Amino acid sequence: MMHGVPPVALHDPLLRVEDLVVEYQLSTGTIHAVSGVSLEIARGETLGLVGESGCGKSTLGRAVLQLGRAVSGRVLFDGEDLTAMQGEALRKMRQRVQLIFQDPIASLNPRRRIGDIIAEPLLIAGYKDANKRETLVSEMLSAVGLDPALVKDRLPHEFSGGQCQRICIARALVLNPEFIVCDEPVSALDVSIRAQILNLLEEMKQRFGLTLLFIAHDLAVVKAVSDRVAVMYLGRLCEVGASSELFARPAHPYTALLIEAIPVPNPDVTPPERVAVGEPPSPLAPPSGCRFRTRCPRADYRCAQEIPDLRPIRAGQAVACHHPLI
Amino acid sequence: MSGPTLLSVEDVAVNLPTSRGNLRAVDGVTLTLGAGKTLGIVGESGCGKTMLSRAILQLLPKKAKVFGRVLFDGQDLVRLSPEALRKLRSRSLAVVFQDPMTSLNPVLTIGTQLVETLQRHLELDAGPARKRGAELLAAVGIPAPEQRLSQYPHQLSGGMRQRVAIAIALSCEPKLLIADEPTTALDVTIQAQILDLLAREQRRRRMAMILITHDLGVVAGRADEVAVMYAGRVVERAPTPALFKNMQMPYTAALLAAIPKMDAAPHTPLPAIAGRPPDPTHLMQGCAFAPRCRCADGQCLREKPSLVSAELPDHHYACFHPLRINAGANT
Repeated sequence: MMHGVPPVALHDPLLRVEDLVVEYQLSTGTIHAVSGVSLEIARGETLGLVGESGCGKSTLGRAVLQLGRAVSGRVLFDGEDLTAMQGEALRKMRQRVQLIFQDPIASLNPRRRIGDIIAEPLLIAGYKDANKRETLVSEMLSAVGLDPALVKDRLPHEFSGGQCQRICIARALVLNPEFIVCDEPVSALDVSIRAQILNLLEEMKQRFGLTLLFIAHDLAVVKAVSDRVAVMYLGRLCEVGASSELFARPAHPYTALLIEAIPVPNPDVTPPERVAVGEPPSPLAPPSGCRFRTRCPRADYRCAQEIPDLRPIRAGQAVACHHPLI
Repeated sequence: MSGPTLLSVEDVAVNLPTSRGNLRAVDGVTLTLGAGKTLGIVGESGCGKTMLSRAILQLLPKKAKVFGRVLFDGQDLVRLSPEALRKLRSRSLAVVFQDPMTSLNPVLTIGTQLVETLQRHLELDAGPARKRGAELLAAVGIPAPEQRLSQYPHQLSGGMRQRVAIAIALSCEPKLLIADEPTTALDVTIQAQILDLLAREQRRRRMAMILITHDLGVVAGRADEVAVMYAGRVVERAPTPALFKNMQMPYTAALLAAIPKMDAAPHTPLPAIAGRPPDPTHLMQGCAFAPRCRCADGQCLREKPSLVSAELPDHHYACFHPLRINAGANT
């Protein structure tokens, strides 16, 4: 087993995660949230991370940013190991990485003015000149499509969900970061607003040369913005590949199941009779061998015995399955 | 619509007094639903779809004012006495809400909640009610139903809780089930299972269903007819195949276009709808979608279009500038 070596090696990765393990201790046992995940994200790339709730995708995103420390494994950002960093060094590094959350209203302090909310990262980073801060805040608000003069002195409750997400994006971008973890940034938004925010993220990515880890449960949303996609199930990666390839020819039965389950807005497409069986098992006691085997139509004796390694199956595509579909 | 009419909503409006003024949540909606049929109601948050379902169930906030008629099996629910309503709701009308965690009582066991419904409404004794309860849990796909009866909602997953809520809703063999965003809180694989379950039980029981959702994909394969709502009004209504093939209302088309497509290449910009839905406390002249609409002109800003049908008698839309996509293709 090739521990810690991502199966799809990239030329110049900005982020490299090696055999990351995150566990939570409860009185009733240990939650195996992330169990040995390795992946890379190239500079300027968007990696989509999909999976059902509880699969560990948010935990992975946060562990990358060192919000919640890993039990073992390494996170290399631009060659430096974040898991070994502490205190001031980590704080300095955090200016280069940012996070956008799912619930835009809950992630803004309801008692603070929008201008102050966006200026806060600048204050923490040591921008002492108030005029400079003011200019940067205004520039950033304009960049996300809000009028600084109308917005700065108002409070979060005066804005809709979509506008609050624009404000959150402005706050994440104001320090000019290189890497952003977007954790379900559009799942709380309506269809018409969701498209606006997805387009804005794409525009910001181009304009500021960002690298994104885009976490979502909606495959169509992930496909729309990602260069490559990683599929996660119960703490492990099932499959990684270029997004157009992965969705056209999934190799892992779980990826295929996720794609089949998406409701298609076309009445001529009859929903498949039995798309999915059962529910994900508890991360307190994940199944032996392949964690997906309890729901997998192709599972056999070997799947219960051996943990499948994530291995290359085609150029740029890797799968962790004993019986892949291709 | 073929078959006898079970539900007929006639010019229903709902007003909610708020601190910011009068909120017109539902603004003159007319719909009919045949026995055993499925009506999909689609719209974004705040479009009034949930308030409309509450008006049908007569489960509106106390301060709300309802206008119009809701004829269910020939009775006007708006004017029914609370006692008669309670009887009707227990036997003929059932509802499944979005969040199964808040619709189930957290301090009572699944068994208590299910058996209570059966005992009260079907007047069964404790023993047979418990047996029937276990049968119902098995019917909605819950493994080990006998043991589940003594568990509490927090011991179940979201998908299992929604199955319990469906079992409770089905327990009294309703003629109409209103499912209000029944899968929005669930994962996509669980969503498919729950939608399949609802469809199967509906066929088996010949029950009518109103499926409320914000996702056009959910209604596409599962509803006989779809009504699209915007700002409290139905803006387009048609049999499902006709609606998708022959969209007339620019809002419906824009809503469909804004959904990321699985067959589109990555990084394809999405045709987003500019702006946002209007403030429902602010009465506006003209078409509510006009400020966001690409086809709007002066008339749209002045006059409110009414729901009309043109080429096909079942296809209604409220627009001065219908799109006429494939017009004539279905005639």
